[in-house]
Amino acid sequence: MQYLAPTSEDEVVAALAQADGRARILAGGTDLLVQMKADMIAPDILVDIKRIPELREITREGGGWRIGAAVSGAEFNERADICADWPGLAEAFDLIGSTQVQGRCTLAGNLCNASPAADSVPAMVAADAVARIVGPSGTRDLPVAEIPVGPGRTSLAAGEFITSIFLPARAPRSADAYLRFIPRTEMDIAVASAGVSLTLDDNGSCVAARVALGAVAPTVLLVEEAAAALIGTKLEGAALAALAQACESAATPIDDKRGTVAFRKQVVGVLARRAVKIAQDRASGKGAGERA
Amino acid sequence: MSKIHVKTRINGEAAEFLCEPDETLLEALRDRLHLTGTKEGCGSGDCGACSVTVNGRLVASCLMLAAEAEGAEIGTIEGLAKGAELDVLQRKFVEHAALQCGICTPGFLVASKALLEKNPDPTEEEVRYWLAGNLCRCTGYDKIIRAVLDAAAEMRRA
Amino acid sequence: MALDEYEKRDFRVVGKRMPRPDAIDKVTGRALYGADMHVPGMLVGKILRSPHAHARIKAIDTSAAEALEGVRAVVTGADFPEIAPGEARNVRDNAMARDKALYDGHAVAAVAATSAAIARKALKLIRVEYEILPHVTEISDAMKPDAPVVQEGFVQENVPEGFSDNVISYHQYGHGDLDAGFAQADKVITRRFRTAATHQGYIEPHAALASFGADGTADLWVCTQGHYYVRQLCAEILQMDQAQLRVTASEIGGGFGGKTTCFIEPVALMLSKKAGAPVKLVMTRQEVFRASGPTVSSEIEMRMGMTKDGRITAAEAELHYQGGAFPNITVQFGAMAAFACYDLQAVQTRGYNVLTNRPKQAAYRAPGAPMAIYAVESVVDELCQEFDLDPLEVRLKNAARKGTKASYGPTYPDIGLVATLEAAQAHPHYSAPLGPNQARGVACGFWFNFGGDTSVSLSVDFDGSITVTEGNPDIGGSRVSIAMMAAEELGVPYESVRAVVTDTASLGHNEVTDGSRVTFAVGLATIKAARAAKREMCRRAAKIWGIDEDAVIWEDGCAKPAGPNAGKFEPLSIKEIAAKSSRTGGPIAGHHEVNAEGAGVSFGVHIADVEVDPETGHTRVVRYTVFQDAGKAVHPDYVEGQMQGGAAQGIGWALNEEYIYDENGRLLNPGFLDYRIPVASDLPHIDAVILEIPNPGHPYGVRGVGETGIVPPLATLSNAVSRAIGRRMYELPMSPPRILKAIKGG
Repeated sequence: MQYLAPTSEDEVVAALAQADGRARILAGGTDLLVQMKADMIAPDILVDIKRIPELREITREGGGWRIGAAVSGAEFNERADICADWPGLAEAFDLIGSTQVQGRCTLAGNLCNASPAADSVPAMVAADAVARIVGPSGTRDLPVAEIPVGPGRTSLAAGEFITSIFLPARAPRSADAYLRFIPRTEMDIAVASAGVSLTLDDNGSCVAARVALGAVAPTVLLVEEAAAALIGTKLEGAALAALAQACESAATPIDDKRGTVAFRKQVVGVLARRAVKIAQDRASGKGAGERA
Repeated sequence: MSKIHVKTRINGEAAEFLCEPDETLLEALRDRLHLTGTKEGCGSGDCGACSVTVNGRLVASCLMLAAEAEGAEIGTIEGLAKGAELDVLQRKFVEHAALQCGICTPGFLVASKALLEKNPDPTEEEVRYWLAGNLCRCTGYDKIIRAVLDAAAEMRRA
Repeated sequence: MALDEYEKRDFRVVGKRMPRPDAIDKVTGRALYGADMHVPGMLVGKILRSPHAHARIKAIDTSAAEALEGVRAVVTGADFPEIAPGEARNVRDNAMARDKALYDGHAVAAVAATSAAIARKALKLIRVEYEILPHVTEISDAMKPDAPVVQEGFVQENVPEGFSDNVISYHQYGHGDLDAGFAQADKVITRRFRTAATHQGYIEPHAALASFGADGTADLWVCTQGHYYVRQLCAEILQMDQAQLRVTASEIGGGFGGKTTCFIEPVALMLSKKAGAPVKLVMTRQEVFRASGPTVSSEIEMRMGMTKDGRITAAEAELHYQGGAFPNITVQFGAMAAFACYDLQAVQTRGYNVLTNRPKQAAYRAPGAPMAIYAVESVVDELCQEFDLDPLEVRLKNAARKGTKASYGPTYPDIGLVATLEAAQAHPHYSAPLGPNQARGVACGFWFNFGGDTSVSLSVDFDGSITVTEGNPDIGGSRVSIAMMAAEELGVPYESVRAVVTDTASLGHNEVTDGSRVTFAVGLATIKAARAAKREMCRRAAKIWGIDEDAVIWEDGCAKPAGPNAGKFEPLSIKEIAAKSSRTGGPIAGHHEVNAEGAGVSFGVHIADVEVDPETGHTRVVRYTVFQDAGKAVHPDYVEGQMQGGAAQGIGWALNEEYIYDENGRLLNPGFLDYRIPVASDLPHIDAVILEIPNPGHPYGVRGVGETGIVPPLATLSNAVSRAIGRRMYELPMSPPRILKAIKGG
């Protein structure tokens, strides 16, 4: 195996092109190294992208935020400004692994690992985040929701890699929230999860919503019916019940060592409902809401 | 497979070593540099026994390649005491009997040090969540948490 | 039993919180554990393991691995000599499969190479031809007459008819007339319980460094709870004299019973023997879960009768335990311990030990007791609810006390259960208010405690400082307790005593660090060794003074004339006697060798408050208090530590920990990610209340404290959760899907 640490995106593109599919991108490495040690993958080349300066940066762009692909969870969460805009995504990112893992893990890595249970992905999908992809045929932008196509599989073409994640500008009275269920309080993979992003009007009615669910389908689900149940309501009893029902119906989970089908379906609706209440409190200025 | 030459600073001193491209920082510390205070409990980032700091940031050294350490400032348990003088945290761990078998202790100390540098006045809940990635099977964490909180209090008084 | 050892006294050192001698090494990273040792010319060993739960090994081709540059030895089952049936043979066959792979993870070959990378590569070059056989991992399946048989030849004569040959031993205990007892009850209930296999979860993986000399002698550096037993097993497996194998115990990174036997040590020795070089063999975490020794899983049927005022009239239990592919005695302990907390007129337990295609179990903290007592304490709690009785009152009404004939045979001397229950009842926790979705659970626990073969040597060094040499790995602060007892007995400052754990060549035999025996038995032997040294120092003083040695007594750390008639001499301190020892007859030492009896039984009571999320089934432990009888707490910090640590492990067992197998018998969760031990944020502070009811079998009244703490939490949590959700739980772990299913009426 070869280890490369290029200092520009072009070098990465060239290295990936030469490697003919036998290379892997190393960002935080918190999934990659585990998989290598477990003999699940055996790449010939690792391309470490952490020495590319622009990939380590968080920048303002058109009222939104561009997060470099090598920015770690710990670096992200130290930025009060971005956390104020996207508290739900900040929480989701922060929930990936331990403090030690936070020192390394990245949004792009969490996304490209393509686990249906990835914590940051439902929050990014709810946020309508967009990934910037660089490859042999140039640069393209793709909604985060379209990147995972199945467990462990992405829509990236050969030789492509993600250089940044873009979070759009926030409308007034908007907020997001993310909740996951795990058996312990930390260190587990999500058994079910829900990310919600909302915008309210002056009267507290919901005018825009996105609801994304994790660990209940082969990929993270964006549930339009769940959002529809919220829009035009004050996010009270009937709307929340309809939201939970829509989430339960959309979920197609499996039985595995982490949970059952019945459990995941029941719990994902509960999480979505609770996440809506947290996002609502935040959007209406009632503070940060309770942390899961 | 040719080896990679890595130059780093470990606990404030220049250190260099040769490593395989797929070798972890933990393996290099233990097997190349014989800094065996950093422990391997799982090799998959789930136990925290291999905690070190890299450029001041807490990481699991089993989940980082040794080659990535090029140019980095590494902090390990061996660097916590200043010569014969124990760090406050080390002293408090001894005082509070915050260790039984002691295998997790270096990881807890390195992680706790990183916490108190970032947050000198953590709540009990903050300590527990910060240290959730450090597994201890002997103590039920009770005396560890007390030791960290007491160390924080003493450091604030100092 | 030696029940006349205890003498009431005022303690000077014992009971204080002294700094432990190994603490500085452990907070600075200097302490050397199993994997920390490097020696020149050392090779790296790796083990190839079966991916199948049950398979005949038709052929193993190691030629490609042997041909790989850097590979210095390859070992398979065929390398080990034939030995007589018994535990050493079981350990050998578990360390390296012979004809059959008996579980997912069973070792089938090993290599030693010049680097880890080469060793890993060599493993991939070994070709094993398997014939996959039907497997069985669950107890009830394995007991069926037509079940696949894991191993033939282990069935004992007294096993009842009607089962497969996987049912290999049967144990029955009890007394009284069950029918008459049940007839007196106002209510009799029968309930079935299941507990999953759990792992000790020590953070340090097994590690051994073996060095076999050309002269047939060998050295082994190993993390173990018992290096003498490692020597005994390995010497038999390698067919060498025990004296030719010197075993040194490293610092040990947790064990909890799981390091009381051998898994990789015979393989490391055989690799070293074949390679002619030292070999270090360290398990990965995955190997620890797949191929070390988790505890048993259980299926238990419990029947109990109670009067409406809370008197248990009769009780019986049938325990089915599986502990993997080899024999063990865990179900026997379970059958003995089940009803040990109660004074019962009619009681019976029946235990069945069942083989399955799972790893060979090892001891885990109070082996066999937690699951049996979980079932007993759950049924007691359910009957308390039935009659609306206070659960501690009912336990007090039925509690075993001095003179009670225990269900497993003996009649108890002074024991601490009643005092422990009363302390729990009086504690503010028991009457504290509860919040919404919260409930409180209580349960009792018990462990026998062991004594056993013990050797201690105590040297009075020329400067008057004291070295205590003992042979039990220090797993949680035993060196400090032993040094404190030596200081207490000799009347010297604690700081002048150092306790060291020595190797097998340097001291007589010591049983494994197990059964909570060390502070009791090694402490007892240390006190006796100190007394021998004091007698010798009195003799030396007599010689110095030129008086009769009967005229010298030992008091306050000095030799003194026994009375005015003995003569008028200034007391001689240890320092003074030691300084002259070369001229008064040579070095002074005391030693004591004993098969220690009189380890007092230990009882505990736990109280837990839990909060269950009614919509997700998530359980949060809100408050937890442990009450336990320590006899005499030599070092209260480390007694509390044992109580807290045992409780934390029990909480994990109750809520989330389990071995999960797929339909092919493969372990699905061999890592700390999905084998979910409690993390710091899962637990509240665990309050520890120590009671001291002296053990008559120890000079200072000490009882073992290491194991009882893991026994009560299983039922304590189950009782609390059951009360919180209004439905009774009968299976562990109480993972959220199981609790939510119960809430929804599943």
